[in-house]
Amino acid sequence: MKTRYTHGGDEHIYVEMDDEMSLDAFFKSLSMSNAVAEAKIDGVTEICPANASFQVRFNPDVIAPDDILMRVKELEYSAENAEKRLTTRIVEVPVYYQDPWTHETLMRFRERHQDPSGSDLDYAAKINGFDTVDDFIEAHHSQPWFVSMVGFVAGLPFLYQLVERERQLQVPKYLSPRTDTPKQTVGYGGCFSCVYSVRGAGGYQMFGVTPMPIYDPEQKVTYLKDFMVFFKPGDIVKWKPINRAEYDRILIAVEDGTYIPRIAEVDFDLDDFNADMRGTNAKLLEALNDA
Amino acid sequence: MTLRILNPGLSTSIQDLGRPGYFHLGIPMSGAMDRFALRAANLLVGNGEGAAGLEAVFMGPEIEFTKNAVIAVTGAELPVKIDNEECETWTALEVKAGQKLSFGFLKAGARAYISVAGGITTPMALGSRSTYPIGALGGVDGRPIAKGDELPIGEASSMKVGCSISESLRRGPATTATLRVLPGLYWHRITEAAGNGFFDDEWTVAPEADRMGYRFKGGTPLEFVDRDQPFGAGADPSNIVDGCYSYGSIQVPGGKEPIVLHRDAVSGGGYFTLGAIVSADMDLIGQLQPHMPVKFECVDMAGALIARRDRQNMLNKIRKELE
Repeated sequence: MKTRYTHGGDEHIYVEMDDEMSLDAFFKSLSMSNAVAEAKIDGVTEICPANASFQVRFNPDVIAPDDILMRVKELEYSAENAEKRLTTRIVEVPVYYQDPWTHETLMRFRERHQDPSGSDLDYAAKINGFDTVDDFIEAHHSQPWFVSMVGFVAGLPFLYQLVERERQLQVPKYLSPRTDTPKQTVGYGGCFSCVYSVRGAGGYQMFGVTPMPIYDPEQKVTYLKDFMVFFKPGDIVKWKPINRAEYDRILIAVEDGTYIPRIAEVDFDLDDFNADMRGTNAKLLEALNDA
Repeated sequence: MTLRILNPGLSTSIQDLGRPGYFHLGIPMSGAMDRFALRAANLLVGNGEGAAGLEAVFMGPEIEFTKNAVIAVTGAELPVKIDNEECETWTALEVKAGQKLSFGFLKAGARAYISVAGGITTPMALGSRSTYPIGALGGVDGRPIAKGDELPIGEASSMKVGCSISESLRRGPATTATLRVLPGLYWHRITEAAGNGFFDDEWTVAPEADRMGYRFKGGTPLEFVDRDQPFGAGADPSNIVDGCYSYGSIQVPGGKEPIVLHRDAVSGGGYFTLGAIVSADMDLIGQLQPHMPVKFECVDMAGALIARRDRQNMLNKIRKELE
């Protein structure tokens, strides 16, 4: 890992922990961006952590761009030695794979896709060496995921699968982005899964849809009353495959205000995970099942 | 006191100076694309500089006033009419109860700002009234204004009319534009020749130009430095592991058409960025029309900060003039 510091115009500093994705890069980025926040540097206005990088916005009338860059650099050493441990939560997110809405949308944008002859899931299964779409779907939901970034549009989580690198699923983005994606589509691009929080443009492959809202500007959804955005970096997610009947049932429950996502509080320690991925995941899933 | 919207125009939205603080969740600051013009319009009618006004794109709205009011229109050259009588822009104007505000055809620029003494007082969302339609925040129920809307107006602190801003301080939209760029971010991903070409070529504003970002076309496609793509980035040489985007950052998907992110920016994504427009030139982008020729000019940090100071001095002169 080699950290790279650069200016983004006269109001931003951009710090890249590594040019490739890993949980180590994520944890270092999170520690460093937390350290910048704790340092309460005059002139810093926003701190945005991402998958393997972070960005600091500042007011150059208060602190000179080179000075803020130096201040941020000074925090690298302590971040490197920070504990790679989080008290977080694991959340079960129901997914209706191969739903009719994303299917209708992906058929509308077929000419923008690498393989217009099949669906996004057909393509993803094939290029990842799975015999059937069902096997691919199984690989997508069997092990938990880690929210490594929230952004793009309001409250959209990027998720990284908690498995060995050779077992990570990788799928390219559409050749040219779609102008439409159904709300709450579960998507995939590069090594990341995502949930489109709102309807709109998008370039990730579409696998299914969740009935569980993750963004509600009106804050009417029961579990979004405190804040309109559901996910934050460090959250852990387990996809739960559901059928149409279950999808419809959850939709009604959300509407009634009786739907409560299944959530358990857990600790995640990166060193423990790296030493025993399957064992760590089993414990995470056990905590969720007990919730 | 309310503003009755008879015709919203093409896309007219309520904007103030935005809602910074939520970009880490993908919620952009939003707010006026030409902040200078909004501040000037507010100063003219005696409002705080950050009061909410209307941002009209290419075409003005038609508005009926239910009470006497003081208004000002700045930004794009969009002729202002009160009961069909043409009036001065960049000037505090009186509108009487029952009168109608309308606009002629756009002469230059892209966005006009309409402020009303007292400011628009629709509900705040996350500390701002700015409209962010993608996230359904601010504005009127999270959307731009529509026919039949009644916009509430606050208590005016003054009803002084007639003051105006000198011609020399009305930062008018040009017919060609130069946007200053500080190279950085993922600049190292393109070859030296591609970097030079980016600044040498003439680009034009593409039709896909909105509050989220402005796209440019017509320049030579950029050539990338060869590399094995890092894990998680995606196969295209213009792909990176999804990272943060900044306001003003310039991404070039596939090396073809640069996109400059603006006030409703997406907060991150998987395309490399080659640097950012300097903060002083962000307002100008909001006044660019599609098909307008644009040159990108390379500056260093010192140049970016001088440009920033020049802009602040100009605003200070307006503040002084209207004191």
